[in-house]
Amino acid sequence: MAASSRAQVLSLYRSLLKESRAFPSYNYRTYALRRVRDAFRENRSVKDPQALELLLNKARDSLAIIQRQVSVGRMYETQRTVVEPEPK
Amino acid sequence: MMSRSVTRKLLGSIRGVSTSARLNCPGAPASAPAAQRGRELIKSRELEKDELRPLYMDFQATTPMDPRVLDAMLPYQVNYYGNPHSRTHAYGWESETAMEKARKQVADLIGADPREIVFTSGATESNNMSIKGVARFYKARKKHVITTQTEHKCVLDSCRVLESEGFDVTYMPVKSNGLIDLQQLVETIRPDTSLVSVMTVNNEIGVKQPIKEIGTICRSKNVFFHTDAAQAVGKIPINVSELKVDLMSISGHKIYGPKGVGALFVRRRPRVRIEPLQSGGGQERGLRSGTVPTPLAVGLGAACELAQQEMEYDHARVSMLATRLVQKIMTEIPDVVMNGDPDQRYPGCINLSFAYVEGESLLMALKDVALSSGSACTSASLEPSYVLRAIGTDEDLAHSSIRFGIGRFTTEEEVDYTAEKCIQQVRRLREMSPLWEMVQEGIDLKSIKWTQH
Repeated sequence: MAASSRAQVLSLYRSLLKESRAFPSYNYRTYALRRVRDAFRENRSVKDPQALELLLNKARDSLAIIQRQVSVGRMYETQRTVVEPEPK
Repeated sequence: MMSRSVTRKLLGSIRGVSTSARLNCPGAPASAPAAQRGRELIKSRELEKDELRPLYMDFQATTPMDPRVLDAMLPYQVNYYGNPHSRTHAYGWESETAMEKARKQVADLIGADPREIVFTSGATESNNMSIKGVARFYKARKKHVITTQTEHKCVLDSCRVLESEGFDVTYMPVKSNGLIDLQQLVETIRPDTSLVSVMTVNNEIGVKQPIKEIGTICRSKNVFFHTDAAQAVGKIPINVSELKVDLMSISGHKIYGPKGVGALFVRRRPRVRIEPLQSGGGQERGLRSGTVPTPLAVGLGAACELAQQEMEYDHARVSMLATRLVQKIMTEIPDVVMNGDPDQRYPGCINLSFAYVEGESLLMALKDVALSSGSACTSASLEPSYVLRAIGTDEDLAHSSIRFGIGRFTTEEEVDYTAEKCIQQVRRLREMSPLWEMVQEGIDLKSIKWTQH
């Protein structure tokens, strides 16, 4: 049980990071990546299954939000900002 | 001694020079006739298609919407479009549910009751409503209003209108660190004072006023206390009962919410009566008639809830970035002054004055960073900001002030880039400045007698 939920958590974490990388906007992208990492790091040692379930549901909702907002961002793309490295 | 990239970036900001020409001959701005360049400079101020967007460092002017806020708003822009005041069908009911949920979210952020929140079109309307509304309601017996000299333009303008209606308004001065003198406030309050209005966090210099103490003073003297908390809500913890505030203005677009919406907290116990500014169908308890814009209210609510969850994280990050920026700049270049109290402040609003450099020229040189000198509402005029004048900065330092805004979405790269650019440009401008030359030779500028021609 612990193994599967750990795998669950990791797969959710990876999906969140993958989706966040797709944000066209520099600021949103960096924020999403940073926030996801910090949130997972912060809740690293949560053991209580109810609290865990709550957090995982929140993570799944965030994943859906990020996916939708990435699409919206792609619809209205604009130029890169000055600090972004040039696309290869 | 300017590097090639700096030259290119500088010349790139001159319009009318095409991209390829820019890349091929970086040293030839004079090839285009000056008149043509001038005309094109005036014509289009928008970014060209392949031009890079500047960094956004002006979070006090407005903030980008958080994607989570937009996500909460979109259903109400697309499908759930009912009028929340329609009582007879599902469209109205679902809209009303959303509006009430948003009201609760806003109330929770400031520790109020949902019945005490009124949705408005922004902090300007909230300020107008509270100042004019309270003053006019109690005008039979109370004719005095107190505010400070560093308030937002809408507060000062509302007070000016009240003056023309026959009220007495005292504009209290501030100390050189931007805070008001509490003893002076106690002395200024008269038996016929109805309202004291002091903003929580100043939008130009970032100082945090001692709201709790002012609230206690006002409570003891039976005077209503209004605070414009547009820049403070969601960034520092606020509890209206602890701070003893009777009226509070909230702005949506300062806390990563939509533009065009705000809220006003109107205390119910003890009851604050307001003469409504906008008449109509009696919505929002008769205080602000008009259909509440559900998508905007939902956005404001979502933004407030997010702010409550993220406050600690954001505050730690913003403080870290602010210290980074200020340290970098102050260690590299001398004669930089931070305006406003160094401790009693919100870290995300940094106002620096660079001596011997003109503010507008520095802003134009920092073309890749979106900054402002002074607030957005005074940036059209060339006069130095009245806030800086109120804290007693010298005229020359007031002209050379820049406001850096740091927010939730700012990255370390942006801060480093801004700091480096700033240092570079200040050095360059100072090289060109005759005043700087004189200072280097040891002449005291204050002792010079500038001759009149």
